[in-house]
Amino acid sequence: MTALLLRDLKLSVRAGGGALIGVLFFMTVVAVIPFGVGPDLNLLSRIGPAIVWIGALLSALLGLDRLFQTDREDGSLDLLLMQEHPLVLTVLLKCLAHWLGNGLPLVIASPLLGLFMNMSEMAIGATMLTLLVGTPALTFIGAVGAAVAVALPRGGLLVSILVLPLAIPVLIFGVSASYAAVEDPAPFMPPFLILVAITMFFAVLGPLGAALALRNASD
Amino acid sequence: MRLTADGLAARRGEDLIFKDVSFDLRTGESLVLTGRNGSGKSTLLRVVAGLLRPESGRVEWYSESAESGMRAAEACHYLGHRNAMKAELSVAENLAFWKNFFGDVKGGHGLPVYEAAELVGLGSIVHLPFGYLSAGQQRRMAFAKLLVAYRPVWILDEATAALDVNAEGVFTTLINAHLSEGGILLAATHQPLGLENARELRMTGFAGVGEGTW
Repeated sequence: MTALLLRDLKLSVRAGGGALIGVLFFMTVVAVIPFGVGPDLNLLSRIGPAIVWIGALLSALLGLDRLFQTDREDGSLDLLLMQEHPLVLTVLLKCLAHWLGNGLPLVIASPLLGLFMNMSEMAIGATMLTLLVGTPALTFIGAVGAAVAVALPRGGLLVSILVLPLAIPVLIFGVSASYAAVEDPAPFMPPFLILVAITMFFAVLGPLGAALALRNASD
Repeated sequence: MRLTADGLAARRGEDLIFKDVSFDLRTGESLVLTGRNGSGKSTLLRVVAGLLRPESGRVEWYSESAESGMRAAEACHYLGHRNAMKAELSVAENLAFWKNFFGDVKGGHGLPVYEAAELVGLGSIVHLPFGYLSAGQQRRMAFAKLLVAYRPVWILDEATAALDVNAEGVFTTLINAHLSEGGILLAATHQPLGLENARELRMTGFAGVGEGTW
Protein backbone atom coordinates (compact mmCIF):
# COMPACT_ATOMS: atom_id res chain seq x y z
CA MET A 1 0.00 0.00 0.00
CA THR A 2 2.89 2.39 0.60
CA ALA A 3 3.65 1.87 -3.08
CA LEU A 4 0.50 3.85 -3.88
CA LEU A 5 1.59 6.68 -1.59
CA LEU A 6 5.03 6.81 -3.19
CA ARG A 7 3.64 6.65 -6.72
CA ASP A 8 1.19 9.50 -6.10
CA LEU A 9 3.93 11.58 -4.48
CA LYS A 10 6.22 11.00 -7.46
CA LEU A 11 3.41 11.95 -9.83
CA SER A 12 2.67 15.16 -7.95
CA VAL A 13 6.26 16.40 -8.27
CA ARG A 14 6.89 15.23 -11.84
CA ALA A 15 5.89 17.34 -14.82
CA GLY A 16 2.20 18.17 -14.88
CA GLY A 17 1.71 16.99 -11.30
CA GLY A 18 0.38 20.30 -10.13
CA ALA A 19 2.13 20.49 -6.74
CA LEU A 20 3.99 23.64 -7.76
CA ILE A 21 0.94 25.17 -9.43
CA GLY A 22 -0.87 25.28 -6.09
CA VAL A 23 2.02 27.05 -4.35
CA LEU A 24 2.41 29.52 -7.20
CA PHE A 25 -1.30 30.31 -7.13
CA PHE A 26 -1.12 30.74 -3.35
CA MET A 27 1.78 33.16 -3.71
CA THR A 28 0.06 35.09 -6.48
CA VAL A 29 -3.14 35.54 -4.51
CA VAL A 30 -1.44 36.67 -1.33
CA ALA A 31 1.23 38.76 -3.07
CA VAL A 32 -1.30 40.95 -4.90
CA ILE A 33 -3.26 41.78 -1.75
CA PRO A 34 -0.79 44.46 -0.50
CA PHE A 35 -1.00 46.14 -3.91
CA GLY A 36 -4.77 46.20 -3.73
CA VAL A 37 -5.12 47.18 -0.10
CA GLY A 38 -2.37 49.77 -0.13
CA PRO A 39 0.70 50.29 2.05
CA ASP A 40 -1.13 50.49 5.37
CA LEU A 41 1.06 48.17 7.44
CA ASN A 42 -1.30 48.01 10.41
CA LEU A 43 -4.21 47.04 8.21
CA LEU A 44 -2.10 44.42 6.42
CA SER A 45 -0.95 42.81 9.64
CA ARG A 46 -4.53 42.82 10.93
CA ILE A 47 -5.99 41.05 7.90
CA GLY A 48 -2.84 38.97 7.34
CA PRO A 49 -3.87 35.62 8.88
CA ALA A 50 -7.26 35.74 7.18
CA ILE A 51 -5.73 36.48 3.76
CA VAL A 52 -3.14 33.73 4.10
CA TRP A 53 -5.85 31.27 5.11
CA ILE A 54 -8.14 32.25 2.24
CA GLY A 55 -5.23 31.97 -0.19
CA ALA A 56 -4.39 28.52 1.14
CA LEU A 57 -8.04 27.43 0.95
CA LEU A 58 -8.37 28.50 -2.67
CA SER A 59 -5.10 26.87 -3.71
CA ALA A 60 -6.04 23.67 -1.89
CA LEU A 61 -9.27 23.57 -3.90
CA LEU A 62 -7.39 24.16 -7.13
CA GLY A 63 -5.86 20.72 -7.59
CA LEU A 64 -8.56 18.64 -5.95
CA ASP A 65 -10.47 17.61 -9.06
CA ARG A 66 -7.41 15.72 -10.30
CA LEU A 67 -7.34 13.51 -7.21
CA PHE A 68 -9.17 10.63 -8.86
CA GLN A 69 -9.66 11.92 -12.39
CA THR A 70 -6.15 11.17 -13.65
CA ASP A 71 -6.50 7.60 -12.41
CA ARG A 72 -9.86 7.30 -14.08
CA GLU A 73 -8.62 8.63 -17.40
CA ASP A 74 -5.85 6.07 -17.76
CA GLY A 75 -7.87 3.18 -16.35
CA SER A 76 -5.91 2.81 -13.10
CA LEU A 77 -9.01 3.53 -11.05
CA ASP A 78 -10.67 0.33 -12.31
CA LEU A 79 -7.74 -1.70 -11.06
CA LEU A 80 -7.64 0.12 -7.72
CA LEU A 81 -11.33 -0.72 -7.26
CA MET A 82 -10.83 -4.41 -8.00
CA GLN A 83 -8.23 -5.13 -5.35
CA GLU A 84 -8.53 -6.84 -2.04
CA HIS A 85 -7.38 -3.75 -0.13
CA PRO A 86 -10.34 -1.92 1.41
CA LEU A 87 -11.21 0.97 -0.86
CA VAL A 88 -11.44 3.33 2.13
CA LEU A 89 -7.77 2.69 2.86
CA THR A 90 -6.82 3.24 -0.77
CA VAL A 91 -8.67 6.55 -0.77
CA LEU A 92 -7.12 7.57 2.55
CA LEU A 93 -3.64 6.94 1.15
CA LYS A 94 -4.42 8.88 -2.00
CA CYS A 95 -5.61 11.77 0.19
CA LEU A 96 -2.43 11.64 2.26
CA ALA A 97 -0.27 11.63 -0.85
CA HIS A 98 -2.30 14.52 -2.26
CA TRP A 99 -1.87 16.49 0.95
CA LEU A 100 1.87 15.80 1.10
CA GLY A 101 2.21 16.88 -2.53
CA ASN A 102 -0.18 19.84 -2.56
CA GLY A 103 -1.09 20.82 1.01
CA LEU A 104 2.25 20.63 2.78
CA PRO A 105 4.01 22.99 0.30
CA LEU A 106 1.33 25.59 1.10
CA VAL A 107 2.08 25.26 4.81
CA ILE A 108 5.80 25.61 4.14
CA ALA A 109 5.29 28.65 1.91
CA SER A 110 2.99 30.42 4.36
CA PRO A 111 5.70 32.08 6.56
CA LEU A 112 7.12 33.83 3.51
CA LEU A 113 3.69 35.14 2.63
CA GLY A 114 3.19 36.15 6.24
CA LEU A 115 6.13 38.52 5.76
CA PHE A 116 4.38 40.08 2.76
CA MET A 117 1.44 40.78 5.03
CA ASN A 118 3.59 42.35 7.75
CA MET A 119 2.52 39.73 10.28
CA SER A 120 4.34 39.35 13.61
CA GLU A 121 6.40 36.22 14.32
CA MET A 122 3.70 35.00 16.67
CA ALA A 123 1.00 35.41 14.04
CA ILE A 124 3.12 33.72 11.38
CA GLY A 125 3.79 30.78 13.68
CA ALA A 126 0.13 30.45 14.64
CA THR A 127 -1.03 30.65 11.01
CA MET A 128 1.48 28.03 9.97
CA LEU A 129 0.41 25.72 12.78
CA THR A 130 -3.30 26.11 12.02
CA LEU A 131 -2.63 25.55 8.33
CA LEU A 132 -0.68 22.40 9.16
CA VAL A 133 -3.62 21.08 11.15
CA GLY A 134 -6.40 22.44 8.96
CA THR A 135 -5.32 21.76 5.37
CA PRO A 136 -5.62 17.94 5.68
CA ALA A 137 -9.31 18.49 6.44
CA LEU A 138 -9.64 20.40 3.16
CA THR A 139 -8.15 17.44 1.30
CA PHE A 140 -10.43 14.93 3.02
CA ILE A 141 -13.55 17.01 2.35
CA GLY A 142 -12.38 17.62 -1.20
CA ALA A 143 -11.92 13.90 -1.79
CA VAL A 144 -15.68 13.42 -1.51
CA GLY A 145 -16.31 16.16 -4.06
CA ALA A 146 -13.62 14.79 -6.35
CA ALA A 147 -15.10 11.30 -6.14
CA VAL A 148 -18.62 12.51 -6.88
CA ALA A 149 -17.43 14.51 -9.90
CA VAL A 150 -14.95 11.90 -11.12
CA ALA A 151 -16.97 10.95 -14.20
CA LEU A 152 -17.53 14.54 -15.32
CA PRO A 153 -15.10 15.75 -17.97
CA ARG A 154 -14.86 19.31 -16.63
CA GLY A 155 -15.61 18.74 -12.99
CA GLY A 156 -13.01 21.14 -11.63
CA LEU A 157 -15.22 24.10 -10.81
CA LEU A 158 -18.03 21.82 -9.68
CA VAL A 159 -15.74 20.17 -7.14
CA SER A 160 -14.77 23.56 -5.73
CA ILE A 161 -18.40 24.64 -5.44
CA LEU A 162 -19.43 21.35 -3.82
CA VAL A 163 -16.59 21.48 -1.36
CA LEU A 164 -16.50 25.15 -0.43
CA PRO A 165 -19.50 25.23 1.95
CA LEU A 166 -18.14 22.26 3.87
CA ALA A 167 -14.73 23.88 4.05
CA ILE A 168 -16.09 27.07 5.67
CA PRO A 169 -15.88 25.73 9.28
CA VAL A 170 -12.22 24.86 8.69
CA LEU A 171 -11.61 28.43 7.56
CA ILE A 172 -13.53 29.93 10.49
CA PHE A 173 -11.71 28.00 13.19
CA GLY A 174 -8.36 28.19 11.44
CA VAL A 175 -8.52 31.98 11.20
CA SER A 176 -9.97 32.49 14.68
CA ALA A 177 -7.23 30.34 16.23
CA SER A 178 -4.60 32.34 14.33
CA TYR A 179 -6.07 35.60 15.61
CA ALA A 180 -6.39 34.26 19.14
CA ALA A 181 -2.65 33.69 19.24
CA VAL A 182 -1.92 37.38 18.73
CA GLU A 183 -4.94 39.11 20.29
CA ASP A 184 -4.89 38.82 24.01
CA PRO A 185 -8.39 38.26 25.37
CA ALA A 186 -9.26 35.37 23.07
CA PRO A 187 -7.86 31.98 24.09
CA PHE A 188 -5.94 30.03 21.44
CA MET A 189 -6.69 26.48 22.45
CA PRO A 190 -10.50 26.16 22.04
CA PRO A 191 -10.67 27.12 18.33
CA PHE A 192 -7.45 25.22 17.68
CA LEU A 193 -8.77 22.05 19.28
CA ILE A 194 -12.03 22.34 17.36
CA LEU A 195 -9.92 22.61 14.19
CA VAL A 196 -8.08 19.42 15.19
CA ALA A 197 -11.43 17.74 15.81
CA ILE A 198 -12.75 18.81 12.41
CA THR A 199 -9.67 17.36 10.70
CA MET A 200 -9.98 14.05 12.54
CA PHE A 201 -13.70 13.87 11.88
CA PHE A 202 -13.23 14.36 8.15
CA ALA A 203 -10.24 12.01 8.08
CA VAL A 204 -12.79 9.28 8.83
CA LEU A 205 -15.84 10.58 7.01
CA GLY A 206 -14.08 11.88 3.88
CA PRO A 207 -12.50 8.61 2.70
CA LEU A 208 -15.70 6.71 3.58
CA GLY A 209 -17.85 9.05 1.52
CA ALA A 210 -15.35 9.14 -1.34
CA ALA A 211 -15.07 5.34 -1.43
CA LEU A 212 -18.86 5.03 -1.54
CA ALA A 213 -19.06 7.56 -4.37
CA LEU A 214 -16.32 5.83 -6.35
CA ARG A 215 -17.98 2.43 -6.04
CA ASN A 216 -21.17 3.87 -7.47
CA ALA A 217 -19.59 6.15 -10.04
CA SER A 218 -18.32 3.37 -12.28
CA ASP A 219 -20.10 4.30 -15.53
CA MET B 1 -10.60 -23.36 -9.63
CA ARG B 2 -13.85 -22.32 -11.09
CA LEU B 3 -15.35 -19.06 -12.31
CA THR B 4 -19.09 -19.14 -12.79
CA ALA B 5 -21.59 -16.59 -13.93
CA ASP B 6 -25.22 -17.27 -13.34
CA GLY B 7 -28.01 -15.51 -15.22
CA LEU B 8 -26.18 -12.23 -15.64
CA ALA B 9 -28.04 -9.24 -16.97
CA ALA B 10 -26.71 -5.71 -17.27
CA ARG B 11 -28.16 -2.37 -18.11
CA ARG B 12 -26.62 0.72 -19.62
CA GLY B 13 -28.94 3.62 -18.99
CA GLU B 14 -32.44 2.43 -19.78
CA ASP B 15 -31.54 -0.42 -22.09
CA LEU B 16 -30.97 -3.96 -21.06
CA ILE B 17 -27.80 -4.91 -22.94
CA PHE B 18 -27.88 -8.61 -22.26
CA LYS B 19 -29.66 -11.00 -19.97
CA ASP B 20 -29.40 -14.61 -18.86
CA VAL B 21 -25.73 -14.96 -19.67
CA SER B 22 -24.29 -17.92 -17.84
CA PHE B 23 -20.97 -19.68 -18.11
CA ASP B 24 -18.86 -22.01 -16.06
CA LEU B 25 -15.10 -21.93 -16.56
CA ARG B 26 -12.73 -24.34 -14.90
CA THR B 27 -8.97 -24.63 -14.63
CA GLY B 28 -7.29 -24.13 -18.00
CA GLU B 29 -10.44 -23.14 -19.86
CA SER B 30 -11.01 -20.05 -21.91
CA LEU B 31 -14.04 -18.21 -23.18
CA VAL B 32 -13.89 -15.79 -26.08
CA LEU B 33 -16.62 -13.20 -26.47
CA THR B 34 -17.39 -12.17 -30.02
CA GLY B 35 -20.00 -9.95 -31.56
CA ARG B 36 -20.24 -6.64 -33.29
CA ASN B 37 -19.48 -3.27 -31.69
CA GLY B 38 -21.91 -2.34 -28.98
CA SER B 39 -23.11 -5.87 -28.43
CA GLY B 40 -22.15 -5.79 -24.76
CA LYS B 41 -18.81 -7.60 -24.71
CA SER B 42 -17.03 -4.94 -22.69
CA THR B 43 -20.03 -4.53 -20.41
CA LEU B 44 -20.04 -8.24 -19.64
CA LEU B 45 -16.32 -8.17 -18.89
CA ARG B 46 -16.75 -5.18 -16.59
CA VAL B 47 -19.57 -6.97 -14.78
CA VAL B 48 -17.38 -10.04 -14.25
CA ALA B 49 -14.54 -7.80 -13.04
CA GLY B 50 -16.92 -6.29 -10.50
CA LEU B 51 -16.71 -2.81 -12.01
CA LEU B 52 -20.37 -2.68 -13.00
CA ARG B 53 -23.19 -3.92 -10.88
CA PRO B 54 -25.23 -6.58 -12.70
CA GLU B 55 -28.96 -5.99 -13.03
CA SER B 56 -29.46 -9.58 -11.94
CA GLY B 57 -27.45 -12.74 -11.57
CA ARG B 58 -24.06 -13.16 -9.99
CA VAL B 59 -20.45 -14.01 -10.58
CA GLU B 60 -18.75 -16.46 -8.28
CA TRP B 61 -15.26 -17.71 -7.77
CA TYR B 62 -14.31 -21.00 -6.17
CA SER B 63 -10.81 -22.14 -5.47
CA GLU B 64 -9.23 -24.58 -3.05
CA SER B 65 -6.68 -22.03 -1.90
CA ALA B 66 -8.95 -18.98 -1.75
CA GLU B 67 -10.23 -17.63 1.50
CA SER B 68 -13.99 -17.90 1.78
CA GLY B 69 -15.91 -14.82 0.78
CA MET B 70 -13.30 -13.70 -1.72
CA ARG B 71 -14.84 -11.55 -4.43
CA ALA B 72 -14.39 -12.87 -7.96
CA ALA B 73 -12.80 -9.53 -8.92
CA GLU B 74 -9.90 -10.14 -6.55
CA ALA B 75 -8.86 -13.20 -8.52
CA CYS B 76 -8.91 -11.31 -11.82
CA HIS B 77 -6.52 -9.30 -13.91
CA TYR B 78 -8.45 -6.82 -16.02
CA LEU B 79 -6.87 -5.34 -19.13
CA GLY B 80 -9.34 -2.86 -20.53
CA HIS B 81 -9.14 -0.38 -23.38
CA ARG B 82 -6.94 1.88 -21.32
CA ASN B 83 -3.52 0.80 -20.16
CA ALA B 84 -3.62 1.93 -16.52
CA MET B 85 -0.04 3.14 -16.71
CA LYS B 86 1.22 6.64 -15.91
CA ALA B 87 2.88 8.48 -18.78
CA GLU B 88 5.07 10.48 -16.36
CA LEU B 89 6.64 7.44 -14.73
CA SER B 90 9.15 5.11 -16.32
CA VAL B 91 7.97 1.69 -17.43
CA ALA B 92 9.93 0.03 -14.62
CA GLU B 93 8.35 2.33 -12.02
CA ASN B 94 4.88 1.62 -13.40
CA LEU B 95 5.36 -2.13 -13.38
CA ALA B 96 7.03 -2.12 -9.96
CA PHE B 97 4.11 -0.15 -8.54
CA TRP B 98 1.51 -2.56 -9.88
CA LYS B 99 3.55 -5.57 -8.79
CA ASN B 100 3.69 -4.18 -5.29
CA PHE B 101 0.09 -2.99 -5.19
CA PHE B 102 -1.48 -6.11 -6.71
CA GLY B 103 0.42 -8.62 -4.62
CA ASP B 104 0.07 -12.28 -5.50
CA VAL B 105 -3.11 -14.26 -5.06
CA LYS B 106 -2.46 -17.62 -3.37
CA GLY B 107 -1.39 -20.32 -5.77
CA GLY B 108 1.23 -18.57 -7.86
CA HIS B 109 3.92 -15.96 -8.12
CA GLY B 110 4.39 -12.94 -10.34
CA LEU B 111 7.53 -12.47 -12.37
CA PRO B 112 10.12 -9.80 -11.61
CA VAL B 113 9.55 -6.56 -13.51
CA TYR B 114 12.49 -6.98 -15.86
CA GLU B 115 11.60 -10.55 -16.76
CA ALA B 116 8.00 -9.59 -17.53
CA ALA B 117 9.17 -6.79 -19.82
CA GLU B 118 11.55 -9.21 -21.50
CA LEU B 119 8.70 -11.65 -22.14
CA VAL B 120 6.69 -9.06 -24.05
CA GLY B 121 9.85 -8.31 -26.04
CA LEU B 122 10.68 -4.90 -24.59
CA GLY B 123 13.22 -5.66 -21.87
CA SER B 124 15.63 -3.02 -23.15
CA ILE B 125 13.41 0.03 -22.72
CA VAL B 126 12.05 -0.28 -19.18
CA HIS B 127 13.94 2.87 -18.15
CA LEU B 128 11.98 5.11 -20.54
CA PRO B 129 8.98 7.11 -19.41
CA PHE B 130 5.81 5.25 -20.39
CA GLY B 131 4.61 8.27 -22.36
CA TYR B 132 7.55 8.02 -24.78
CA LEU B 133 6.48 4.59 -26.01
CA SER B 134 4.48 3.98 -29.17
CA ALA B 135 0.85 2.83 -28.87
CA GLY B 136 1.82 -0.77 -29.61
CA GLN B 137 4.69 -0.73 -27.13
CA GLN B 138 2.41 0.76 -24.48
CA ARG B 139 -0.06 -2.04 -25.07
CA ARG B 140 2.69 -4.64 -24.71
CA MET B 141 3.80 -3.07 -21.44
CA ALA B 142 0.22 -3.01 -20.19
CA PHE B 143 0.17 -6.73 -20.93
CA ALA B 144 3.40 -7.19 -18.96
CA LYS B 145 1.40 -5.86 -16.01
CA LEU B 146 -0.53 -9.15 -16.02
CA LEU B 147 2.70 -11.06 -15.58
CA VAL B 148 4.19 -9.20 -12.62
CA ALA B 149 1.50 -10.34 -10.21
CA TYR B 150 -0.29 -13.66 -10.17
CA ARG B 151 -4.02 -13.78 -10.80
CA PRO B 152 -5.70 -17.00 -11.91
CA VAL B 153 -8.24 -15.25 -14.13
CA TRP B 154 -7.31 -12.91 -16.97
CA ILE B 155 -10.00 -10.66 -18.38
CA LEU B 156 -8.84 -9.11 -21.64
CA ASP B 157 -10.85 -6.52 -23.49
CA GLU B 158 -9.57 -6.09 -27.05
CA ALA B 159 -6.07 -6.80 -25.84
CA THR B 160 -4.62 -7.09 -29.33
CA ALA B 161 -5.80 -3.75 -30.70
CA ALA B 162 -2.89 -1.60 -32.03
CA LEU B 163 -0.54 -4.57 -32.18
CA ASP B 164 1.60 -5.95 -34.98
CA VAL B 165 1.49 -9.60 -36.01
CA ASN B 166 4.62 -10.38 -34.02
CA ALA B 167 3.12 -8.99 -30.81
CA GLU B 168 -0.10 -10.90 -31.38
CA GLY B 169 2.02 -14.05 -31.54
CA VAL B 170 3.74 -13.11 -28.29
CA PHE B 171 0.40 -12.53 -26.60
CA THR B 172 -0.97 -15.85 -27.82
CA THR B 173 2.09 -17.65 -26.45
CA LEU B 174 1.74 -15.94 -23.07
CA ILE B 175 -1.98 -16.62 -22.89
CA ASN B 176 -1.44 -20.27 -23.75
CA ALA B 177 1.26 -20.50 -21.08
CA HIS B 178 -1.15 -19.01 -18.57
CA LEU B 179 -3.86 -21.50 -19.53
CA SER B 180 -1.53 -24.47 -19.40
CA GLU B 181 -0.56 -23.47 -15.86
CA GLY B 182 -4.20 -23.76 -14.92
CA GLY B 183 -5.31 -20.19 -15.50
CA ILE B 184 -8.66 -19.07 -16.83
CA LEU B 185 -9.15 -16.60 -19.66
CA LEU B 186 -12.09 -14.42 -20.53
CA ALA B 187 -11.48 -12.30 -23.59
CA ALA B 188 -13.42 -10.06 -25.92
CA THR B 189 -11.92 -9.85 -29.36
CA HIS B 190 -12.49 -9.25 -33.04
CA GLN B 191 -9.36 -11.00 -34.25
CA PRO B 192 -8.92 -14.71 -33.58
CA LEU B 193 -6.49 -15.13 -30.70
CA GLY B 194 -5.22 -18.48 -31.95
CA LEU B 195 -6.20 -20.37 -28.83
CA GLU B 196 -6.87 -24.07 -28.83
CA ASN B 197 -10.15 -25.31 -27.35
CA ALA B 198 -11.46 -21.83 -26.68
CA ARG B 199 -15.19 -21.71 -26.25
CA GLU B 200 -17.04 -18.89 -27.91
CA LEU B 201 -19.86 -16.78 -26.60
CA ARG B 202 -21.50 -14.76 -29.33
CA MET B 203 -23.06 -11.58 -28.03
CA THR B 204 -25.99 -10.44 -30.12
CA GLY B 205 -26.58 -7.18 -28.37
CA PHE B 206 -29.60 -5.02 -28.96
CA ALA B 207 -31.21 -7.43 -31.41
CA GLY B 208 -33.88 -8.39 -28.96
CA VAL B 209 -31.99 -9.36 -25.88
CA GLY B 210 -28.49 -10.78 -25.94
CA GLU B 211 -28.53 -14.50 -25.97
CA GLY B 212 -25.66 -16.67 -24.96
CA THR B 213 -24.93 -19.44 -27.43
CA TRP B 214 -21.98 -21.74 -27.23
